Amino acid sequence: MSEKYMKVEKIGQGTVIDHILPGKAFDVLRVLGLSNDRSMSILINSHSGKGGKKDILKIEDGELSPEEANRVALISPKATINIIVDGKVAKKFNAEAPEVVRGILTCSNPNCISNQNEPVVSEFKLAVDDGHRYVCTYCERDIVDLAKRVSP
Amino acid sequence: MRHVISVHDFSVEEIVEVLDRAEGMVAIARGEATSDLLRGKVLACIFFEPSTRTRLSFETAMNRLGGGVIGFAGTEATSVVKGETLADTIRMVSGYADAVVLRHPHEGAARLATEFSSVPILNAGDGAGQHPTQTLLDLFTIRRETGRMEGLNISLVGDLRYGRTVHSLAIALAKLGNKINLVSPQGLEMPNEVVGYLEDAGLFGTACHLPDEVIAETDILYVTRIQKERFPDPVEYEKVAGIYRVDPGLVAKGPGSMIIMHPLPRVKEIAPEVDALPQARYFIQAFNGVPVRMALLSMLVGGD
Repeated sequence: MSEKYMKVEKIGQGTVIDHILPGKAFDVLRVLGLSNDRSMSILINSHSGKGGKKDILKIEDGELSPEEANRVALISPKATINIIVDGKVAKKFNAEAPEVVRGILTCSNPNCISNQNEPVVSEFKLAVDDGHRYVCTYCERDIVDLAKRVSP
Repeated sequence: MRHVISVHDFSVEEIVEVLDRAEGMVAIARGEATSDLLRGKVLACIFFEPSTRTRLSFETAMNRLGGGVIGFAGTEATSVVKGETLADTIRMVSGYADAVVLRHPHEGAARLATEFSSVPILNAGDGAGQHPTQTLLDLFTIRRETGRMEGLNISLVGDLRYGRTVHSLAIALAKLGNKINLVSPQGLEMPNEVVGYLEDAGLFGTACHLPDEVIAETDILYVTRIQKERFPDPVEYEKVAGIYRVDPGLVAKGPGSMIIMHPLPRVKEIAPEVDALPQARYFIQAFNGVPVRMALLSMLVGGD
């Protein structure tokens, strides 16, 4: 096998989500609700230039919207979004963890009033500490297993 | 103050304001003085779950201030059994009353109610969530009985996992600068988020399984109920209930100035012989629910 063998080839058009927390690429896929008929490449525990590890997700022929970028940040708050046009990075921005998340997540507490048959939209607030925790506005509990709580 | 939903919504200054006002209500709560402060006002007490002290003390508080009370306790005779949402119930009831006291089995119910109510909502317990008026009356009792609310060693004993009152209380006590010991059976320990809060505040004392380990340095022994239904094995429950029973022997190991509190109802956690000891304060604590709830109603409904 050649020394120059590339694990994953470059994409011409699309989006590269870089610096995903190691092991979280599938959770990012889940929150984006991407169907498996899309052409994608996923790198798990890839070596990061900074000495650590990261996941990378390459999605062909698709540009992430700011709303979708926010979804990525729910899972991996320091991910970077690269929009690729004609094989080059046309736009690059950081996913930013939203302070308030409405309607996207469902509370992990089955006894929370937001999970009953009431006419309310779920709401979560980013905790003020640096633990990247989202707290339900209604039952005041931390959301558990966040990736599984994102509505497709 | 618009609603009373969670103790987390209260600043220390607001807590002190409520307690100061409650102090002024004690004589009226005892029936030694009268008040017409809330004459013509109506309080709706809607209880979707059983309650003795909370409901009766809210009703007494409103009556002592000259107001009237409507409501229900249990949903059997209401439209809730027909599938009415809480949102619709609240919309309707808030048209009948000047404030609504709500107890509900689901966490976050009171917060939801504020979105549909045109009048103040007072949370009287939402599932395993918040019970802020209990916390305020606990603080009122501590201040009245010890003369202070800070720098105390407070041991919370019993079911610290599911006990509705102790989570809010632990956070409020830490906010005020008290050191907290946690004494609970295995499997019924305080949830991590509360322990984390105490640790961050530098006010986490000792966590242990036996009251004997902390009793000698306890200013306030706050006992909670250990519910039988938490134990799959009744024999195990009896064993734990025996270990956590506060009796005169245990009380004698604590400082003479220690006081004993309990949100009630108690089952076996405190032996009846303790009732006659000078340390017992739990019935005074239950009475204190009236002046504290009068204070809150006067602030929310009285318009001053």
